[in-house]
Amino acid sequence: MLRFAVRRILLMIPVLFGLSVLLFLWLRALPGDPARALLGEKATDEAIARINAQYGFDQPLLQQYLTYTGQLLRGDFGISPRTGEPVVETFLLRFPATVELAVAALLFAVALGIPLGYLAAKRAGGVLDTLTVSASLVGVVIPVFVLAYLLKVVFAVGLPGLEFLAVLPSSGRQTVTINATHVTNFYVLDGLLTGELDAAWDAILHLILPAIALGSIPLAIVVRMTRASVLDVVHEDYIRTAKAKGLPPGLISRRHVLRNALLPVVTIIGLQTGALLAGAVLTEGVFAFNGIGSYLFEAISNLDYAVLQGFIVFIALIYAVVNLVVDLLYGLIDPRLRTR
Amino acid sequence: MSPDEPRPPASGATDTDLVPDIAVATAAGLIQRPPLLVEAMGDVAADEEGTSLWKGALQRLIRNPSAIIGAAIVAAFVLVAIFAPVLAPYEPAGSQWIREITPYSLPPFSPEHPLGLDPFGSDLVTQLIFGARQSLIIGVVSTLLGLVGGAILGGLAGGFGGWVDLVVMRLVDILLSIPSLLLAVSVAAVMGRQPLAIMLAIAAAQVPVFARLLRGSMLAESRKDYVLASVSLGLRRRTITMSHVLPNSLGPVLVQATLSLATAIIEVAALSYLGLGDPDPAVAEWGRMLVKAQDRLQSAPHLTLLPGLCIAITALGFTLLGEALREALDPKSRR
Repeated sequence: MLRFAVRRILLMIPVLFGLSVLLFLWLRALPGDPARALLGEKATDEAIARINAQYGFDQPLLQQYLTYTGQLLRGDFGISPRTGEPVVETFLLRFPATVELAVAALLFAVALGIPLGYLAAKRAGGVLDTLTVSASLVGVVIPVFVLAYLLKVVFAVGLPGLEFLAVLPSSGRQTVTINATHVTNFYVLDGLLTGELDAAWDAILHLILPAIALGSIPLAIVVRMTRASVLDVVHEDYIRTAKAKGLPPGLISRRHVLRNALLPVVTIIGLQTGALLAGAVLTEGVFAFNGIGSYLFEAISNLDYAVLQGFIVFIALIYAVVNLVVDLLYGLIDPRLRTR
Repeated sequence: MSPDEPRPPASGATDTDLVPDIAVATAAGLIQRPPLLVEAMGDVAADEEGTSLWKGALQRLIRNPSAIIGAAIVAAFVLVAIFAPVLAPYEPAGSQWIREITPYSLPPFSPEHPLGLDPFGSDLVTQLIFGARQSLIIGVVSTLLGLVGGAILGGLAGGFGGWVDLVVMRLVDILLSIPSLLLAVSVAAVMGRQPLAIMLAIAAAQVPVFARLLRGSMLAESRKDYVLASVSLGLRRRTITMSHVLPNSLGPVLVQATLSLATAIIEVAALSYLGLGDPDPAVAEWGRMLVKAQDRLQSAPHLTLLPGLCIAITALGFTLLGEALREALDPKSRR
């Protein structure tokens, strides 16, 4: 198992190295020279030369690449020319919000998706099955931000004649007037830690709509995956054996069907992490939710490349780590995979 | 290309890896390969097959109601896109009625404008119809670009194997580790806001998917018996790869292309939402229509919902068709 883990971790190195090369080339390929992008259009030639010398833009390309990679390794993603703050600091400050949102979205997707997928498979071809499969199709084809708008307009802003449905907050992470104490910047957690339960409840209310919007695609995917996987497993020989030896149906479902069927579902959930973070860009934009998604949203609107590259490195890292964890979990569950 | 053509030394070398004895023997001119045998075998195979893979798939497609619905939506979408100038009641993006628009209100629906006006004083029906055209162009072009790029990478990896495979697939891994939307944003950031940039941006996100798919499918095919048979017959590796393995590996790629059209149409809208869409206001595009109407969300929600609905229905059509195609081509579902 240790060898498997080490090999799996070593395999990450070429991917991360390639990513740094790609990112470096991308930054160089951006329109306009980097110093001007940093200083703005009105900068004097003198100031540009100073920046070029300071950041080493006048050095040979290989030298520049090495400097760049060195900075990345130290976690230095540069300073956002728009806000004048180091990208990493803003990231860390805003990251808890996005984690909170992503976790809420995943909880929504998993808590609803696995039971729905399971029930649909149990009565394959029935009404519930047809409804679930159709709804999951619709969930995949609606653009995330359209769904976000829809939810916002119906449940937060209020449609004429349907105002009674608009009971949830339309934007932000917490009502400002609540004046909650923040320790970890995970607002729900903060509320629980400090005993300000009303603050925690308020933060949860603010999470509901964004989490549903963000969780819709993972939900659809989890439902379909669970359904397909359960359908596969119930036709296996060992299920027939279990039935033949007279195990109670509940036990078969729990111990044999679900446990085996959930393996691919776990992988799919792991693979959703990157998509969740990217989807957060769109969702947080609609709900003015102050996480890294809306930070990136602002960065894209202002062509703030420092933030953009930081975000790509960040997401690629998270993605790589999540894939690693999923692979290791798999190796742990299924020893056959370790030798591959 | 006929099999008795004189072989260039380079490909002889690659064949040697596969079947040393035959390759050496043919290279030395010891075995005369009968060209007629190969051709005759092709004829026999065609006769005895009865229903081909594609014919069978088509029959299964016709019997599948969701395939019919998907195909109907796709057909309607393509027809609307092509005949937009005939179908639409007015010129697109004319802003002819800009004087009737105020910051707080839009004129009510009328027989001249069944869905009213958009915030720029153009007829909404006309804009929606012309939006189909834009979605079709961007969707098809970007999917084709992604398909070609992915097919080249995947074909190289699957066709050559060895270190080519290793290098190409690591590159694909890197591209896959960047979420598609961010990849698209990066490309759009480099190229600026122009229509080609949007298509390339969406295509870039699809390249790794196609590359992986084609490689996997080619690897699976190349282990099959008919490939072994072709090798035994002394066919060149290039011929085997290009005229046997590759055509047989295209099924999953075709399915993915159909599904990618749906993704592409959704992603155009997402790029528009992020402010990276086509900057030309004269072009009607669903994503931008939706985004530009967001400040009227409460007073005129249909301005946001109708383009959103168009995107969703079109994407649904391609998704239904793609999934039905996948089922039809899947040997497991043939019962």
